[in-house]
Amino acid sequence: MAARHLRILSGCNGALLSVRFFSDSTLAQEPIASTAIDSASVSPSINTAENHSQLNNNKKHSAPSSLKHAELAKFSAIADTWWDSEGPYKPLHALNPTRLAFIRSTLCRHFRKDPYSARPFEGLNIVDVGCGGGILSEPLARMGATVTGIDAVEKNIKIARLHADLDPETSTIEYCCTTAEKLVEEQRKFDAVIASEVIEHVADPAEFCKSLSALTVSEGATVISTINRSMRAYATAIIAAEHILHWLPKGTHQWSSFLTPEELVLILQRASIDVKEMAGFVYNPLTGRWSLSDDISVNFIAFGTKNS
Amino acid sequence: MNRIIVGRLSVNVSGLRVLQRSFCSSVAEKESEVKQSFTNNDDQYDVAVVGGGMVGMALACSLASMPLTKHLSVAIIDSNPALGKSNFIKKEDPPDPRVSTVTPATISFFKEIGAWQYVQQHRHAYFDKMQVWDYTGLGYTKYNARDVNKEILGCVVENKVLHSSLLSCMQNTEFRKTIYPSRLTSMALLPSSSSISVDSTPSATTLFTKGHLAKLDLSDGKSLYAKLVVGADGGKSRVRELAGFKTTGWSYSQNAIICTVEHNKENYCAWQRFLPAGPIALLPIGDNFSNIVWTMNPKDASDCKSMNEDDFVKILNHALDYGYGPHPKSISSGSVDMFSWFRGDATLSAKECFEVPPRVVKLASERMVFPLSLKHANNYVSKRVVLIGDAAHTVHPLAGQGVNLGFGDASTLSRIIAEGIAVGADIGEVSLLKKYEAERKPANIVMMAVLDGFQKAYSVDFGPLNILRAAAFHGAQYISPLKRNIISYASGEQRLPLPLPLFT
Repeated sequence: MAARHLRILSGCNGALLSVRFFSDSTLAQEPIASTAIDSASVSPSINTAENHSQLNNNKKHSAPSSLKHAELAKFSAIADTWWDSEGPYKPLHALNPTRLAFIRSTLCRHFRKDPYSARPFEGLNIVDVGCGGGILSEPLARMGATVTGIDAVEKNIKIARLHADLDPETSTIEYCCTTAEKLVEEQRKFDAVIASEVIEHVADPAEFCKSLSALTVSEGATVISTINRSMRAYATAIIAAEHILHWLPKGTHQWSSFLTPEELVLILQRASIDVKEMAGFVYNPLTGRWSLSDDISVNFIAFGTKNS
Repeated sequence: MNRIIVGRLSVNVSGLRVLQRSFCSSVAEKESEVKQSFTNNDDQYDVAVVGGGMVGMALACSLASMPLTKHLSVAIIDSNPALGKSNFIKKEDPPDPRVSTVTPATISFFKEIGAWQYVQQHRHAYFDKMQVWDYTGLGYTKYNARDVNKEILGCVVENKVLHSSLLSCMQNTEFRKTIYPSRLTSMALLPSSSSISVDSTPSATTLFTKGHLAKLDLSDGKSLYAKLVVGADGGKSRVRELAGFKTTGWSYSQNAIICTVEHNKENYCAWQRFLPAGPIALLPIGDNFSNIVWTMNPKDASDCKSMNEDDFVKILNHALDYGYGPHPKSISSGSVDMFSWFRGDATLSAKECFEVPPRVVKLASERMVFPLSLKHANNYVSKRVVLIGDAAHTVHPLAGQGVNLGFGDASTLSRIIAEGIAVGADIGEVSLLKKYEAERKPANIVMMAVLDGFQKAYSVDFGPLNILRAAAFHGAQYISPLKRNIISYASGEQRLPLPLPLFT
C-alpha cells in the first residue's frame, strides 16, 4: 500500500509542498542515481532485506535487492572516495573545518569547557547522525569526545571503520549501521546530537527532529546544518554546484526539500529544542575556503539546546 | 590517553604483538572500544623537526608557548652537540661574526614566545638609523625609525645568542621535546588512506605498521615516527631532497666575507654602500663593535680573507669612505627642486645630511667567506612534510631579511598547527598545510624578487642605470610615503611592498 506523506510546513505555498511516496513497488522504478549518491549518507542502503523491513517512514526506503549490479558498483565506487580530499567529496572536506569551528565554539560555551584546551570535549558523548565516511566524527574524537557515528548505508560504515582504525585517537569511535529512530528505540541518550547536511535528504524533517531530540539528554545540545531554501541557494547549491561546476552529482539535492532557517527553528521548537545560535557558511572562490558568517542565505548551521 | 594504556599493556614487545593480532581480526566487527595500541610509543611523535637551528628551534618554542599545542610531543633531529647542553655565553666572549639583523616583526614574535628576555641578557644592539648610498656619489637615502613613529628599525644579534635564547626558553617549560643527536638518512611517507577498498579486511600488518605516520631513519640507526615532519635543515635541506621538492634558483657569482670590527666610538646606525662588485654593510652589534658583510666576487673574497689584518682594515675603511667614488652631496633645505611639493609631510630623515660611517680601528674576529645564491622550493608542503626557513628559500643577505623570513615561516606554521588542532584535524594533512603555504609563499616570493632585483640593479656599472639608481635614492630619500612604505615592508610590519588588495 502506498503511503503518502505530505510535509506541511508553516508559511509554505502550494508550490513548495513536497510529496514523498513510499511504496515498495515503485522504488524499483525510481531513478537510483538521484537519491543514492549523497554527500551526506541518508541514502538507500545497499544491503537490502533486513534493513528494508526495519526502516520506518522517516528515511527513504532501502533499495530492494533487485538493484542492478551496475548501480551497486556505482555506489561502491563513490563510497571509496569518501576520504579522497580531491574526489567527489571535496566540498565536504573543505567545509569540515568551518563547521567544526562552530561546533567547537558553541559546545565549549554550552558545556563550559575550556576553549583553549586541545581536547575540550573530554567526557562528552556525541552522536554524529548520518556520519557517512566519518569526516565529522574523526575530528570530534580527536577533540576528546566519545563519538558514536550512525549511518543507514552499510558501506559507509565500513569505510568509516577502516579509516578510523588508522589513527589510535579515532579508533575508539563506535560506528553503527542504523537510524536515529532505532537508537531512540534503544533508549540511547547523548550529550550532543549532530546531524550535519542530513536533514535536506530526509523525507519528514519534523519526525527526524523529534528523533534527534529524543536522543539528546535534557539540557543537551543539538546541532543541525543544512541548506536554505532560497533563490540564492538554488543558484549556488543546485545550478552552480551540480550542473555547472560539477562539485556534486546531479540530483544530490532537491531544492524543495531544503528548509528555511525559520522552518527549522519552528520544527525544532516543536521537538522541545530551543535554537540558541545560528551561523552561515560562505565560500570564497578565490581562496577556495569556507568561512563562518552571518549570511544564512545558502548554507547555515543551527545550535539548539533541549529544554527539560 | 593511549600512552597510559600502552604503558600498562606492553610487558614485552612480542607478547603485545600476539595480543594485537587477536584484536585486529575482530576489530572490523567490534564496535565497542578497542584501544588501538602500538608496540612502543617511545619513538612516536606528533612533530619531528629536522634541523635544530634558529628557525627549527623557533618553531618548537612557538609550539611550546601556545595552549593548544603545548601538549604535542616534538622530536628535534640535529647532530649539533651544542643542543644537548645548556649553553653559557660569557659576556667577555668576543662577538661572533655570524650575526643576524632581526626586524621588529621578529622581535614581536620572540616576545610572544617568551624568548626575547633571554636575548636581552646578552649582547645585542638596537639601531634606529640607516644610511644607504652607492659608489657613484649621485645619491643617498637615510632612514630613521621616527619616520614611521617607531623607536627602532631593527636589532642586530649574534646567531649563537638567538639560538641559545630559544633553547633556554624551551627548557623552562614542560614541553615534551626529545633531541636526537644525529642526521636524517631516509624518510618514508606511508601510503595515504584516501582510497580504501571496502572488501579487503584490514590485515594485522596494515594496522600494525603505522598507517598514518611518517617514518624517519637516522644515521645512528634509530628510527622514529611522526605525524608531521618539518624540514628546518637549511639551504642544503635533506628533507627537501628526500621529499622530492624541486627548487628554482641560481647562484650569484658573489661570495660574502664577514667579520667583526671595532671602532673608537659607539655606533647606532646601520650603513650600506653599494660598490661595483657588491654591497658592503656595517651593522652595529654593541659595545663599539660592528659586523661587516661585504659581498664581492669570489677571487677578491679569498684575497681579502688571506691578506693580513692591517691591510684588510685599510681596504675596509677605503670601501666605506672615498673608495670607488665620491661622497654624495647633501641637498640643503633651502634649495628648490622637484621634490619640494612633497616636503609638507617630510620625514625626519629627509633633512639629514650625508654622513661618513665610523672608522674601523681594528679587526675583532676571524674572517669567514660564504657563497651566495638564490634558491626557492617550488612547493613547501606535501603530505606530512613541510619546509620552513632556508630549506624553503635562500636569499641574498643585502637587506638582512633571510632569517626573518624563516621566523615568519615558523610563526605562521605554528599558528596553522594550532588552528588545525582546534578543529581536531590530523596535523599532517595536506589541506591544513596548504594554508601555511598560501600565506607564506607569496610573501616570500615577493621579498625574494625585490632582493634579487636590487642585487641585479646594483651590480651593473652602466651610465644610464647609475642615474636611474641615483634617482631611486633621491626618490626614497625625499618622497616620504615611499620611504615609510619601504621601512614598513623591511620591518616585517607589511607583508607586501605595495598596499595591494589582499586576496586572503
